[in-house]
This record gives sequence, structure tokens and C-alpha cells, in this order.
Amino acid sequence: MTAVDLRGAVVLLGGFPALAGVDLSVERGDIVLVRGPNGAGKSTLLHLCAGLLRLSKGNGDVLGCDLGADRAAVRRRVGLLGHDTALYGELSAAENLQVWARASRVGETDVPGALERLGLPPRLRDVPTDRLSAGQRRRVALAAIVVRRPELWLLDEPHAGLDSSGRQIVDSIVEAAAAAGAAVVLASHESGPAGDLATRTVTMAGGALSEGMAQ
Amino acid sequence: MTPPESEGAASETLIASYLGGPARTGSRFTFWLGLATLIGLAGVAALGLLAAPADDVQGDAVRIIFVHVPAALGAYTALGVTAVGSVMWLWRRSVWWDVTAHAGAEIGVLLCGLTLVTGMLWGRPTWGTYWEWGDVRLVTALILFLVMVGYLSVRALGGDADSVATRAAVVGLVGGINIPIVNRSVNWWANRTLHQQSSLTDGKLADLTLFTLFLAFVMAAMAILWMMVHRFRIGWLERQLQARDLDEALAARRAEAAR
Amino acid sequence: MTAWRELSRFTGDAVLVASKDLRIEWRARTALGQMLPFAVLVLVLFGFALDANRPTLRLATPGLLWMTVLFATVVAVQRSVAVESADGARRMLLLSGMAPAAAFAGKAAAVAVQLLVVEALLVPGVVLLYDADIESVPLVVATCVAATVGLAAAGSLLGAVVAGVRAHQTVLPILLLPVSAPVLIAATRAFADGFGTVAVDGWPWVALLAGFAAVNAVVGAVVYGPLLEDT
Repeated sequence: MTAVDLRGAVVLLGGFPALAGVDLSVERGDIVLVRGPNGAGKSTLLHLCAGLLRLSKGNGDVLGCDLGADRAAVRRRVGLLGHDTALYGELSAAENLQVWARASRVGETDVPGALERLGLPPRLRDVPTDRLSAGQRRRVALAAIVVRRPELWLLDEPHAGLDSSGRQIVDSIVEAAAAAGAAVVLASHESGPAGDLATRTVTMAGGALSEGMAQ
Repeated sequence: MTPPESEGAASETLIASYLGGPARTGSRFTFWLGLATLIGLAGVAALGLLAAPADDVQGDAVRIIFVHVPAALGAYTALGVTAVGSVMWLWRRSVWWDVTAHAGAEIGVLLCGLTLVTGMLWGRPTWGTYWEWGDVRLVTALILFLVMVGYLSVRALGGDADSVATRAAVVGLVGGINIPIVNRSVNWWANRTLHQQSSLTDGKLADLTLFTLFLAFVMAAMAILWMMVHRFRIGWLERQLQARDLDEALAARRAEAAR
Repeated sequence: MTAWRELSRFTGDAVLVASKDLRIEWRARTALGQMLPFAVLVLVLFGFALDANRPTLRLATPGLLWMTVLFATVVAVQRSVAVESADGARRMLLLSGMAPAAAFAGKAAAVAVQLLVVEALLVPGVVLLYDADIESVPLVVATCVAATVGLAAAGSLLGAVVAGVRAHQTVLPILLLPVSAPVLIAATRAFADGFGTVAVDGWPWVALLAGFAAVNAVVGAVVYGPLLEDT
């Protein structure tokens, strides 16, 4: 079943075509790596798939919901890790995840488990997240996605700022999610280790996917 | 050397071919409308300044109503247009209404400013003061003026055209809905208005004054329509230009991949 | 039945957002830390400015008090916007899938609570420093509640208008203060009755404040969604 289906997607950010006509299809169970230089439009692509941006041209469906009319339904069912962690700095990791879990109507009971799975030491769970290191915050942000169990995972530079143990954790989580039937889209400026994880790699440049680069 | 007129004409055809439509804000209709308005306004000036009689009480100061009252009515109409346009943008995402709302706000600020200035100029000889806090309409007009200036400052923030349209539309809607409350609150607060309650209906105005005022209303409506059409077309052409630029920008963006 | 469930969801989400904002504010004390000293300072400085003339001070008290609350609203709303802007946290509100109206209600409620704290300091402050006498406690309380809800609703809505804009700190007062004129007028008149400084009936003014609050709360609930999505 198709999780993402974009046809000629154009997204304008302040008049600039960040996406200039993207055709992309991702099946459930796929792990797709979008590779490309800075400014290629990778993050915009992920935000579009998360239902956060409006299509200026073209059309697309995510998880069977139309990106034109039904973006609110898309947003409820995806997990997005962006450049920023979308955490409230004054709240602790546990508090952030509790707020997030209650707002997205999933069980708060999964919160300690998710933090443990991401390898955040228990003593750091109740510390305001702005006192954590960048890598630790990133783990908390990933734990928020784990708590939600989304059908589509959108991870922007999933390895950024993580040590080797963190990278291994992320890889195992991504593989487990895909095995459970979720679709995963990773974005990275390097093929690097994330390339081993991907079942398919596409290359992005100039706001579009390059032809014939799909493996 | 090329004469400047033909240079202008040449650039106009260039813009026209670029946009795939006329690049002017005027048309045959607006030309005749503008001409008729100018002649009519000259008529209002002649009648208002020379022919209409001075008022028994207010003297020559009464003549300012030929500007003040039509401008005030126009300002509230413009606010109404902006509020309706704001709703239509938020509800239907209608670019036409968004451009109309912007045009209405700019003309509204102008008319509201004119209302305030003429009101104060009239107030000095008549009430003995430029500003009368007890006057509901003057105070309401000032708040309206400030709200509309706020609307334009949001418009000037820049950024994505749709995002600016939404921000501005909320301000237009909030302003339009709150102005009646402002009016009500000032009315209760002052409760001792000095304003001419209704010079129109108390039957004290001379026939010629009434006729001049009527003509002034018609001419003001025509002048506002003329300004609206031109201001709307400027906004519309700007939007078209962005849409036209899009194809080029897309091509340029895709070409980045080749590098 | 479904309507009841919708309502309880709405309230739950609004309480969640409000308690989150209040908890953040309690930890950082950014807004209250500015507003409370500011409020006290204004009371003291106006004492100097009006030459500690008791009759004048007493007459000016309601107006001074509500001017201070108006400025405090600007500070509180700016902080409320900043909480969501930092580190892309606003995305949480969108991605969670909660009704935008509930998010709006929560944000506004948190601002309202902070303003009530400021008022709870200002009212005893004018009693102590300006010799104001409270003649009608119910009137004063009702005025505070109605005016605060209105200011918080209009403020949170216009705060969302300027969220994410670089010049938001200067634009917000330009937008908020003119629209708040009825609150200043009505709350000042109602307090003039509540403090017995002018012989007016304060209750119609409270009704006007309630009308302002209702109108702006409804508009905010309706347009908060498009604002979150588009900006």
C-alpha cells in the first residue's frame, strides 16, 4: 500500500520554489533515503509529507489523505524529526513527552519506555530539556515519535548530533518501524551510514528528484 | 534619441507581453470615470465655496461638510470592504478579495485621515477646540484610523504572499468586528456629544447646500471607485507578476541540479 | 453524546495547553518577572508624576490601573508567542491534531491567569498607595474577569498574527492597543463606580466588557486554525 504519493509537487516558500516538481512514491515498509546537497529541498519535502505545507502546484496523497484538502488528517498520523527538536526548553523530557502524548491522544504509559529505548539516562528525564546536550535533546525528540507510533516516519538528518550508540538505536528503531509496516523517509546530505539502512535511495537537487538515480 | 513617450510605450508593451495581459491600471472606463469625477469635483468646489450660502451659526465653516461627511462615509465603506474581503480570503482563499481588501484599507486610511483633519479644522472655529473627547464620531474615527494603519503595517511585514494575506485578513476581521464595540463604548463614555446630530434631516440646511452635499456624495463615490479600480489592478498585476515569475523560478530552480 | 465527547476533548486540550504554558512561565518567570515589578513601578511613578496629590490620584486610579494592565497584556502575549516560536515548538500544536480552537483557548487562558495575578497585585496596591476605597467588591471582581478574558482573547489572537515575524515586538502593540480601547474605557468606568470616585452605574460597562470578550473569543477560535497553518 502506498504511504506517500506525490505528483509534480511544487511548494513555494516566500515565493521561492523550494520544491520544483517532485514525483515520489513510498510504499509501506519502505525505508527511503533522500540524499542531496544543502538547499536541495529535502527538509521542505519532509514538511510537505507531514502536512505542514501547502502545495502550490501538483497534487499528492499521504496515508490515503489528500494533501490539498485533508492535511489535518495527515498531521495526526505522521512523526517528524526536523532540524529543530520542537521541545519546550523549560519542560523536562518526561513532561514534554507527556504533553505530546496527551495532545496526540496516545498513552502516557509509553513515555518512560520510549525514553529508555532512546537511551536517555533516568537522571536526565526530569531535567529541563534546554539543559540537555544537543544529542540528548535529539534523543528526546525521537522518543516523542516513538510514543506516537506513526504510520509514516519523516526523519531529517536522523544521525545528526548522535554518538555511535545513538545512531545504532535510531537504526534499530527505524528498522523495527518499517518491519511493523510503517513507511520511513530519511533525509541526509550524505549517503553515509544511513545508506545501509535504506531500502531505496533517491537523489535530490534543485528542488526535484534526479531522474534515474533510484536504485 | 528616442522620445520618452515612446520609450514608456515600449516598456508597456514589453510588460504586457510578459504578463500576457494589459499592464495598465487604467481602461477606457476609468478614463471617462476619472474625467467625469474631476469635472464633478470642480462643480462641487464651485458650488460649495461660492454658491452655497454660509450658515447662520457656523458661518463659512459649514462648507467643510462637503468634504468631511462624504470622506467619513467613504472611510466606513472602505473598512466594510476590507472586513468582507478579509472574511472571503479566510473562508474561500479568494485572491480577488484579498487584493480588494488591501485596496480598501489603503483608501480607507486616506479617507479616514481626511475625515479627522477636516473634522478638527471644523471643530476649531465651531467648538473652539481642535479635538473634542466628548465627540463619539471623531474618537471612533481615530481608533478606526489606528486599526487600519495597523492593518497596513502587517501588510508591509513582507514574506510569503499567502501568509501575509492571512495575517492581514485576521487584523481586518478583528478591526471590522470591534469598531462597532468601540463606537458603543465611546458613545456611552462621552454621552454628551457635541457633534452635529444630523444636519441632513433637521431641515435647517438650505436647498442649495443640500444639493451640493448630494453632488459631493456622488462625486466622492465616483472618486473612491476610480481609486479602488486602480489600486485593485496594481495589486492584481503584482500577483500576476508573481505567478508569471513562478515558471521562470521553477526552471531556474530545476537548473540548479545540472550544476 | 458525541457533542459531549467533543466538548470534553476540547476542554481537555485547552487545559493541557494552558497548564503547559503556565508551567513554563512558572519555571522561567519571564513575563511575571517583568510584569509585577513594572506594575508596582507604574504605581509609584504616577504618584510622583501627579505630585502625590491625593484627590487627583484617587480620580486617576481606575485609568492608571487599566493602562498598566493593558501594557502587561502586551508583555504576556509576547512571551506566550515566544514560547511556541522557540525551537519550532509551535509544530507540536499543529502535528498533535488537536482542534486549533482548543489551542487558542488554552493559550488565551494562560495569558488570562497571568493578567489576573497582575490585577491581584494592582488592586490592593492602589488601595494602599492611593487611598482608594473599594465600595463594591462584586463589581470590581466581575470587571477584572470580563476585561481580562477580553484582553487575553484579543491579545492571543493578534499575537498569533505576528508570530514568526521579525518585527513582532513592535507590531503587536500597534495592533492590540487600538482594538483594546473599549476595554480601557469600560473597565475604567466600571472601576470608577466600584471605587466610588464617579457616580456612574458600573454594571452596563461590565456587560460591554463581556460582549467584547465573547466576540473576540469566538473570532479567535474560528481563525486560529488558518493562522497556525499559514504562518
